[in-house]
Amino acid sequence: MKAFLMFVRKEFFHIFRDPRTLLILFGMPVALVTLFGFALTNEIKNADVAVLDFDKGAHARQVQNRLFSSGYFGLRDYATTYPDVAAAFRQGHVKLAVVFPVGFSADLDHLGHAQVQLVADASDQNTAISLVGYATSIIRAYAQEQARPTGPAGPRVEAVARLYFNPEMKAAYTFVPGTMALILLLVSAMLTSITIAREKETGTMEVLLVSPMRQLPIIIGKILPYFLLSFLNGLVILGLGVWALHIPQRGSLGLLIGETLLYIFVALALGVLISTRAASQQTAMLISMLSLLLPTLILSGFLFPIASMPVPLQFLSNIIPARHYIVVLKGIMIKGLSLRELWRETLTLAGMGTALLLLALASLKNRLA
Amino acid sequence: MNKLHPPDVAASRAAPAGPVITCELLTKRFGDFVAVNAISFEVAAGEIFGFLGANGAGKTTAMRMLCGLLGPTEGAATVAGFDVFRQPELIKQHIGYMSQKFSLYEDLTVGENIRFYGGVYGLKGAVIREKTTALLQRLGLEAERNTLVGSLPLGWKQKLAFSVALLHEPAVIFLDEPTGGVDPITRRQFWDLIYEAAAAGTTIFITTHYMDEAEYCDRVSIMVDGKIEALASPAGLKRQFGVATMDEVFLHLARGAKNTE
Amino acid sequence: MPAVELINISKSYGATPAAREVSLTVEAGELFGLIGPDGAGKTTLFRILTTLLLADAGTATVAGHDVVRDFRAIRNVVGYMPGKFSLYQDLTVQENLEFFAAVFRTTVAENYDLVRDIYEQLAPFKNRRAGALSGGMKQKLALCCALIHKPTVLLLDEPTTGVDAVSRQEFWHMLGTLKARGITIVVSTPYMDEAALCERVALLQEGQVLRVDTPDALRQSYPWPLYAVRAAHMHPLLQDLRAYPDTHSCYAFGESAHLSLAHAAPDAAARLTAYLTGKGHAPVVVAPVAATIEDTFMDLLAQQQPAA
Repeated sequence: MKAFLMFVRKEFFHIFRDPRTLLILFGMPVALVTLFGFALTNEIKNADVAVLDFDKGAHARQVQNRLFSSGYFGLRDYATTYPDVAAAFRQGHVKLAVVFPVGFSADLDHLGHAQVQLVADASDQNTAISLVGYATSIIRAYAQEQARPTGPAGPRVEAVARLYFNPEMKAAYTFVPGTMALILLLVSAMLTSITIAREKETGTMEVLLVSPMRQLPIIIGKILPYFLLSFLNGLVILGLGVWALHIPQRGSLGLLIGETLLYIFVALALGVLISTRAASQQTAMLISMLSLLLPTLILSGFLFPIASMPVPLQFLSNIIPARHYIVVLKGIMIKGLSLRELWRETLTLAGMGTALLLLALASLKNRLA
Repeated sequence: MNKLHPPDVAASRAAPAGPVITCELLTKRFGDFVAVNAISFEVAAGEIFGFLGANGAGKTTAMRMLCGLLGPTEGAATVAGFDVFRQPELIKQHIGYMSQKFSLYEDLTVGENIRFYGGVYGLKGAVIREKTTALLQRLGLEAERNTLVGSLPLGWKQKLAFSVALLHEPAVIFLDEPTGGVDPITRRQFWDLIYEAAAAGTTIFITTHYMDEAEYCDRVSIMVDGKIEALASPAGLKRQFGVATMDEVFLHLARGAKNTE
Repeated sequence: MPAVELINISKSYGATPAAREVSLTVEAGELFGLIGPDGAGKTTLFRILTTLLLADAGTATVAGHDVVRDFRAIRNVVGYMPGKFSLYQDLTVQENLEFFAAVFRTTVAENYDLVRDIYEQLAPFKNRRAGALSGGMKQKLALCCALIHKPTVLLLDEPTTGVDAVSRQEFWHMLGTLKARGITIVVSTPYMDEAALCERVALLQEGQVLRVDTPDALRQSYPWPLYAVRAAHMHPLLQDLRAYPDTHSCYAFGESAHLSLAHAAPDAAARLTAYLTGKGHAPVVVAPVAATIEDTFMDLLAQQQPAA
């Protein structure tokens, strides 16, 4: 036991004496979250909008007033034909076009529902999603205000957009869970695999193997400090999310922490698995980048909405642990869901962790080759 | 005698204008630490100059300055007629360098390595082809032209690396522990190559941990704590310290050392 | 019971053989040297003995334990210094030592007696990071760490490579002290002059044992009449000696050339002197000389591969 404790102590020495590790551990979460906070305030403020009003009715005018008084949108172009709108997009003048079809106001008054078309510049997909989201919510709110309390069903305005619709409307809600998933993965898996590979590279692993210490305590001694630090990191990011970025925490805190520990466990198992294969820090880094960082960034739904991916990639995204963890985080924090609704993701994560751990244990060796 | 260099080149180099390396009070400081402390010496053309010292005595730093890789703090030095302060790039073009660690690309063939280094030093295609044939013939490696360097025995790699470093006919070649790890016969075969290059007029500047190799040098300098504490022929050094072997000379001098790496 | 025994050990990496039917016996308390260049198979043999690698064929024991079956027992009794500098660069001298003591389930205090002589030289730097030590100091610390659990067998893979002559000498002095305490030491080195400091040595080349014997016996086994020849210029001297009809082999050897003749003759030295003088060498000194281990090794190597 004393050997094990000394081992853990040594690991902490390594961590606190290596500026690079410290930077990833403590600099990165703060940097990412701050960056995001910055992006949030810059993202949607007086975004340039083109309006194509075929209706020219009262409702269309009032919807426009709402949009342009919200602070999110600014009128840039008043188009008269579709080609005008297309030209504005091509020149990059506008980010969003709002098209009111002929009879919009009349339909809303008489039929109780109408359609408005939102066309967004999808080359900047994140902004496009947010713009459509903001515009939709403003238009809906307007429609609901028109509802007579006595009527069976109020007038509805359907915003037709071809883009993914972010029901929470705020990108922060995607970003913070995404950052959490990424940071926890980086710290738990990448740093762990690199630190084990470093011992192989410097020859100290050789000495450790030729000692009474077994492989398993060596591995556990390696991952324990990172487990603790990952968890601490998770709490910091959650805190930043809730207090600095005002993300709600509607679900059970216990469940949130439990799920986070489960995810860290998956990441650590991945890290150990990588470390059993990588002979050098460089290899460990490369494998981590290729198998963890990039897929997580691209396929987890963190940067790109899964629904707008090609079907094969949507399918592939299922094997990315972060995807499930992000669903869980959003579910608990934003929707206040409980384990009853999240059992599927939880089970997936638990299954992944167990499988990876078994795989990692099977590839642990007592010898060099 | 030497097929590596055409006779006319060897002849032109055998009559140099002056010393190929001059060093006067050359100094390098890193903060408060004086790594190289006012060293002065000259090396003549075609001389085999042994550069010895304990780990951390400043050998590597001094060698880097002479190769134009590291700017000196003060003093003066020229290599192949170029100033180490002002013309490091010209120095690099006119010297060869080989170390135990850096030799050749293991994943390129023998021929590809030669072509690559010839190209690096701006040799023309026809010249490289001609030299490649001559070089391989000389080393008895004609059959290995298309072999990956990685699959050659260490001794062959080192001989090849040495010959490649001489491809552009440098005035000086710097050898940093070139014979580490090879068997005693291969080591001596390597020294045959060194002797031949020196006889053709190339100046050899060599560091080694093998004390018997120090005996093969024309002159040997021994650095201790950043200073050159002794500089003479091996026989002269042994006389000076009244001992029988270079090993004893070295131990005698290095014992008093303060700095180590 | 021998402290280390290898019987017909073979090991290949892919198609490359690293050890070919190696058989060796090291007695308890012996200081045994594995001498050979890179690629001779020294590291492979150490890794098999330290139970890090499994041999393809053959058996081996360390302190009476089989390297395959009883590998845990071996890991308790051997001290091992791998070829690479195997300490934690970012831990201090003291932290390194304490860590390895704990890993081997002991304390520094418990076995201080054994490492005292070495550790006292390191004591002034005990709060310095290992990465900032000189090559010689690192080597001493690594030895301390390998000794901290009182091993009965010490396996040292090229501990002196790349270390300067002074540190090398001190290191061998320490090995002598440890041997006096009854520890069996197997040490590998590419430096021929260090072979003379062992009690017995195995000369290795390309995974094969060329010969195992005491340094004295190795010197005496040299089969040719050997002369040390001196003249002003080594390179032409070597060339002329190689052209001499009766030459068997000729190698530079420090300040002289070692020349072995194919036949013994009472007037060999005089004839040789006359030959060299005739070639314009001066001053020529020819004297019979006793072979060194290196002479013997080179002779064995030349038999292995006549083309080299």
